[in-house]
Amino acid sequence: MKVLVAIKRVVDYNVKVRVKADQTGVDLANVKMAMNPFCEIAVEEAVRLKEKGVVSEIVVVTVGKKDAQEQLRTALALGADRAILVETEVEAQPLAIAKALKAIADKEGAKLVITGKQAIDGDNNQTGQMLAALMGASQGTFASKVEVAGDSVKVTREIDGGLQTVDLKLPAIVTTDLRLNEPRYASLPNIMKAKKKPLDTVTPADLGVDFTPRTKTLKVEPPADRKAGIKVKTVDELVDKLKNEAKVI
Amino acid sequence: MAILVIAEHDNATVKGATLNTVTAAAKIGGDIHVLVAGAGCGAAAQAAAQIAGVAKVIAVDDAAYANQLPENMSKLIAGLAANYSHVLAPATANGKNFLPRVAALLDVEQISEIQEVVSADTFKRPVYAGNAIATVQSSDKVKVITVRPTGFDAAAATGGSAAVENAGAAGDTGVAKFVGEELAKSDRPELTAAKIVVSGGRGMQNGDNFKLLYALADKLGAGVGASRAAVDAGFVPNDMQVGQTGKVVAPGLYIAVGISGAIQHLAGMKDSKVIVAINKDEEAPIFQVADYGLVADLFAAVPELTGKL
Ligand SMILES: Cc1cc2nc3c(=O)[nH]c(=O)nc-3n(C[C@H](O)[C@H](O)[C@H](O)COP(=O)(O)OP(=O)(O)OC[C@H]3O[C@@H](n4cnc5c(N)ncnc54)[C@H](O)[C@@H]3O)c2cc1C
Ligand SMILES: Nc1ncnc2c1ncn2[C@@H]1O[C@H](COP(=O)(O)O)[C@@H](O)[C@H]1O
Repeated sequence: MKVLVAIKRVVDYNVKVRVKADQTGVDLANVKMAMNPFCEIAVEEAVRLKEKGVVSEIVVVTVGKKDAQEQLRTALALGADRAILVETEVEAQPLAIAKALKAIADKEGAKLVITGKQAIDGDNNQTGQMLAALMGASQGTFASKVEVAGDSVKVTREIDGGLQTVDLKLPAIVTTDLRLNEPRYASLPNIMKAKKKPLDTVTPADLGVDFTPRTKTLKVEPPADRKAGIKVKTVDELVDKLKNEAKVI
Repeated sequence: MAILVIAEHDNATVKGATLNTVTAAAKIGGDIHVLVAGAGCGAAAQAAAQIAGVAKVIAVDDAAYANQLPENMSKLIAGLAANYSHVLAPATANGKNFLPRVAALLDVEQISEIQEVVSADTFKRPVYAGNAIATVQSSDKVKVITVRPTGFDAAAATGGSAAVENAGAAGDTGVAKFVGEELAKSDRPELTAAKIVVSGGRGMQNGDNFKLLYALADKLGAGVGASRAAVDAGFVPNDMQVGQTGKVVAPGLYIAVGISGAIQHLAGMKDSKVIVAINKDEEAPIFQVADYGLVADLFAAVPELTGKL
């Protein structure tokens, strides 16, 4: 079985981004970029399925600028077999990305697509679900456990009240949550080997997808400032402040 | 045109997040219809009809919606959407699961987790773990939106008298099957609805020590949350995670115990009215957002606090 993994290049999760003075976005100049953490978990899950003999080939895809090749190489070093860059200068939005992923999933005949639950830049949490809808496929979002058996996959999902398990007919889309696995680090020999693995570039036009944004960002502002308060010295002082100053207890 | 709000419910009652979503709909303006799709959901539909400001409840009672599987829910909602200018769902695990599917079926983008309505086509939403707030304008014919409940007051749960109209199901796609659920049981208030939240982090050291927080929470009538580190370490279940990729809470009082205050955690609690931090490290970033910080060993401070309340 072939599995497709969608990854995104994003600002490293340790970076506290700053809004640009002209309010057009956040300042990404000289900021450390990385693979979206949920996508690392997606790659890891695919690699584990391959190690178990469930998956025969892992194709990793990203939609983005040329520099996203860096994250594709990382995925190849982690164990993906092939990479595809859908190259675009446009800030692609989830529906268009899902359409591009569908075109590739169809062409590759992928039975399982693994995406992250959320990209930590736009915090959209929608691309995987959209892809599932476009493919007319089942979906197991926010997965903490994935078991492929024959032509179906059992997914345990993190939901508001606890955990839910669903049984999905393949083809299916799985989106990863934090507890699904702990991604490995790429070894130096694997990083070297990854340089020789195939990385193809296609355009949105090749896939027949229109990337024109439907949602326009009018401005980006910093959030309301929250000032640090005071330090209390004792528990008694804390109780007093909560009762008499904040009046919250 | 009217606005369709998808109710979050358990067939018997309507969940609080639905009330905040109704308020968001009211800010957009237009008749508000609420969809209650479930199995044996008559009571929930009646409850939805009581919500102030709701003009009509559409009840779809069918086995296909017993567990609100997204494959079936999205098909139903997309079928109804043609009559609406906006489709809104609360940004709960459930809403986030089915609504993007609805958007894709309608060939529109979804606008995720709005926290403010600027106008009928323009909304504010947090990005980058809430370190930036984007104002976005949609040009799509139907606006498909998830609503962050903490951004909007709850509509009154009673006072309305909407008509309940039964509608037909859209069928079972058959591609997904519900197997089971393990739901955490607790007598404490639900995290996202609680007026006070006490959360523990890696500093708690193990799950057993969370008893200290449960005792404090019970004194305060509080809900209990956790950081990702505490969940990953297995101290507490996943549904307690507060943060960018967990639950977003904004209670009147948030007490962070043994939590350092990573941006991903702050994203889920920094809109709380009053924040208290108890941490032994005076440099911990949590103190930068705390109204009252106590630099202390939690194992001494928490029992003392519980005792003095
Ligand atoms: C993709 C992604 C998503 C994430 N999503 C979330 C999220 O939704 N929510 C979330 O919380 N995190 C999230 N994180 C993790 C986040 O980056 C931090 O790792 C996490 O919040 C740290 O948890 P913590 O504060 O409990 O642990 P630590 O950072 O280890 O802090 C423990 C604190 O306890 C204090 N302490 C220890 N012992 C005591 C004692 N005896 N008395 C008093 N204080 C003590 C220490 O001084 C320290 O400040 C995410 C990370 C990534 C990469
Ligand atoms: N530009 C992109 N290219 C490839 N995959 C993406 C892209 N954007 C999002 N995804 C996938 O969709 C997941 C959820 O992203 P989002 O819906 O943007 O929060 C990510 O974790 C990726 O797996």
